[in-house]
Amino acid sequence: MEATEKNLLRGGQFLVKETKCEDVFTPEDFNEDQQMMKEAVTEFVDREVWAKKAQFEKKDYALTESCMRKAGELGFLSISVPEEYGGMGMGFVDTALVCDYISGATGSFSTAFGAHTGIGTMPITLYGNEEQKQKYVPKLASGEWFGSYCLTEPSAGSDANSGKTKAILSADGKTYSITGQKMWISNAGFCSLMIVFARIEDDKNITGFIVEYDPKSPNGITMGEEEHKLGIRASSTRQVFFNETVVPVENMLSTRGNGFKIAMNALNVGRIKLAAACLDAQRRVITESIKYANERIQFKTPISSFGAIRQKIAEMATNCWVGEAATYRASKNIEDRITLRQNNGKDTHQEAELKGVEEYAIECSILKVAVSEYVQNCTDEGIQIFGGMGFSEETPVESAWRDARIARIYEGTNEINRMLSIGMLIKKAMKGHVDLLGPATAVANELTGIPSFDIPDFSELFSEEKSIIKNLKKLFLMVAGAALQKYGEKIEKHQQLMLASSDILIQIYMAESAILRAEKIVKKEGEDKVKEQVAMAKLNLFHAIDVIETAGKHSIISFSEGDEQRMMLMGLKRYIKYVNMPNIIELRNIISDKVTKENKYCF
Amino acid sequence: MNILVCISHVPDTTSKINFVDNDTKFDLSGVQFVINPNDEFGLTRAMWFKEKQGAKVTVINVGGAETEPTLRKALAIGADEAIRINTVASDSFTVAKQLAHVIQNGGYDLVIAGRESIDYNGGMVPGMIAGLIDANFVNNCINLDVDGTSATASREIDGGKETVSTSLPLVIGGQKGLVEESDLRIPNMRGIMMARKKPLNVMEPIDNAAETTSVKFEKPAVKEAVTMVSVDNLDELVSLLHNEAKVI
Ligand SMILES: Cc1cc2nc3c(=O)[nH]c(=O)nc-3n(C[C@H](O)[C@H](O)[C@H](O)COP(=O)(O)OP(=O)(O)OC[C@H]3O[C@@H](n4cnc5c(N)ncnc54)[C@H](O)[C@@H]3O)c2cc1C
Repeated sequence: MEATEKNLLRGGQFLVKETKCEDVFTPEDFNEDQQMMKEAVTEFVDREVWAKKAQFEKKDYALTESCMRKAGELGFLSISVPEEYGGMGMGFVDTALVCDYISGATGSFSTAFGAHTGIGTMPITLYGNEEQKQKYVPKLASGEWFGSYCLTEPSAGSDANSGKTKAILSADGKTYSITGQKMWISNAGFCSLMIVFARIEDDKNITGFIVEYDPKSPNGITMGEEEHKLGIRASSTRQVFFNETVVPVENMLSTRGNGFKIAMNALNVGRIKLAAACLDAQRRVITESIKYANERIQFKTPISSFGAIRQKIAEMATNCWVGEAATYRASKNIEDRITLRQNNGKDTHQEAELKGVEEYAIECSILKVAVSEYVQNCTDEGIQIFGGMGFSEETPVESAWRDARIARIYEGTNEINRMLSIGMLIKKAMKGHVDLLGPATAVANELTGIPSFDIPDFSELFSEEKSIIKNLKKLFLMVAGAALQKYGEKIEKHQQLMLASSDILIQIYMAESAILRAEKIVKKEGEDKVKEQVAMAKLNLFHAIDVIETAGKHSIISFSEGDEQRMMLMGLKRYIKYVNMPNIIELRNIISDKVTKENKYCF
Repeated sequence: MNILVCISHVPDTTSKINFVDNDTKFDLSGVQFVINPNDEFGLTRAMWFKEKQGAKVTVINVGGAETEPTLRKALAIGADEAIRINTVASDSFTVAKQLAHVIQNGGYDLVIAGRESIDYNGGMVPGMIAGLIDANFVNNCINLDVDGTSATASREIDGGKETVSTSLPLVIGGQKGLVEESDLRIPNMRGIMMARKKPLNVMEPIDNAAETTSVKFEKPAVKEAVTMVSVDNLDELVSLLHNEAKVI
């Protein structure tokens, strides 16, 4: 269905509004071009990246660079770049799709790709002026130049705005001189352009600059040695030192003091792309694990027929499928929001893009956290399925496990993103973009009323699940509403409470996305044909409720007492209640039967 | 030079083969379709002629609307236009007849087909086309150069290769060797975007009565489970061969 201002939810509104399955985009909705893009990217990765996996593990940085050049030749680096600047000008779903399928084979290439196309290019396409875009973007889009993003410093990591790098204006007012030290800079070893954040005088906020880098005339820039890392071993990561690096004033990005905003918005886009980038790694690990489990015989039986292994396979497949559902749902929301903003004539393409992504910053954080944790679990269980072989460098799961680890750290650690998701939601509520207070009050009233003892009619598929999701949202509003009332803005100081609330929020978004995806497929294909997808949506919800129950309990107990606490704990019980408990072992078996029979992740 | 590349729409080599409707039809569910590998070698060689010698490349397929994504992939790889003859590709002769008709009216100098399609492996279409349009024919073609109206082609023969010189119009049954696997092209993003804008003409078939109909498909008998016998247990092996396999 076409998105309109009316049916397109705003960021964070999923919590207080119901979404229809017709209004979500799912991977089943890829059109023919998108299907072809997916195949082209997969073919490229199979041939150029997956086939050379062992070489990446030997820290072959040159291989990463040459793969990036080939990706450039095929146009993969320019998907989201507007056509005026040599790009394809494709939509956000296309961007997510390419990012997804290009990233599965090794984290090394995935990181190089993400750092270049995301944080290395986007600050200019989103914030650059016309001259800057004309000058730099075509080179980045074609892969003639590679970009890097220099924000983190030895003493400024999560606290990114505290950087010590300085930019000093020259006496003639024509150049800035940048001095400082950056660390953990992806692509540093082969980049020609850096987005550098530095502070002018004693400004409160940092400022962004475009800095060209040519090793033949280094302009005060020196590089540390390659870092030796747990994973993503062929991704170039170095320290970068600036010693009176001269940058023309025209190369300031946006305005003075706007750097922190640029940095954060670049990261917003980066986060959802990172979620996408964690999907194909799961598909590949799941497929490899299934193949191995089907072939590995113990006790005269393929291990894939043991319940212990079936359970793992089912859970891995489910997480991956749920991650896909939520990532593409949010990607399409972003795309639609951008189109709407552009069509209403008020925004230029650049503004529309910026605001479109910013609108869904909460969802971007949710996805970053959820999907990076899925890939971590997936690779971990992958190793477990391979047993001793999984511990060997010869199997693809070993490097996948090491590579997955970084996703929880960069683009804002998962702790920071959890807190951001709640922090941003509160801000949105205060600005009136999402009405949390109204629904929170309604929930509080409902709690003091007498609950209905009628047994509802849940005979229609997913009617019970949808009713539970509605209740889970109430539960969130109950907990967050009460906590906010108690602590006001000081709630940010209560991190464990913020983290627990964020867990509830994340589970709701993921579970709802999964149910909507399944419902949409059922409507298209009929329930019989997609019983595995139905099972995955149900299994995921069951786990979500477990997480939510624990997080809810921790939160409620932390800030309430006496009658209020008792009432809220009762509310918690009421809101997580099933009338018909699903048999989750049966659900897992439905899922694992299918994927082991197909011998691959097949959804 | 006007080149026509015949593109067969075939199941991916990793597809699971099953039959439905009392074993009379191939089960399409969950099957991914691709450009027939032999045709892809041919298409890639055609792209070389386009880029180096300014040839125009048209791709053609006999099949229903479901084969269009395969044609569009060929367009994305770089073919200039596509033709789909709107009928079921039921047997080699029907397909060859349809193709010959288009070729005769289209003024093509060079027709590149694959030496066989990997679905039913008939291996007859290119030869039949050449017969029907009375053109020169090189099968199992592993190398092809064209200079004006003369062509030099190599073909695989038992234990070696033979190089022939011939002239256009020419039909070849191509295979690996025309180009190598590493030369095969991945459609680039611009190609995919452009593919939609290139012509894909649907033509109705001429007299499309099939000459044959499939009555039944059978899969090879399933291999029985393997019993592993330890190397130092010859007695068990002998007893199994004697009592179970009944071969000694
Ligand atoms: C391989 C790799 C590539 C990278 N690439 C780039 C790049 O290209 N460009 C770039 O600029 N940076 C890059 N980074 C840096 C990365 O973004 C940072 O490492 C990350 O933001 C965390 O900062 P930190 O390492 O200083 O950790 P710290 O900020 O010191 O965090 C340490 C721990 O404390 C927690 N913590 C910190 N602050 C808070 C808080 N307020 N509340 C609660 N918990 C908190 C964190 O969650 C974490 O668990 C990269 C890092 C790595 C490892």
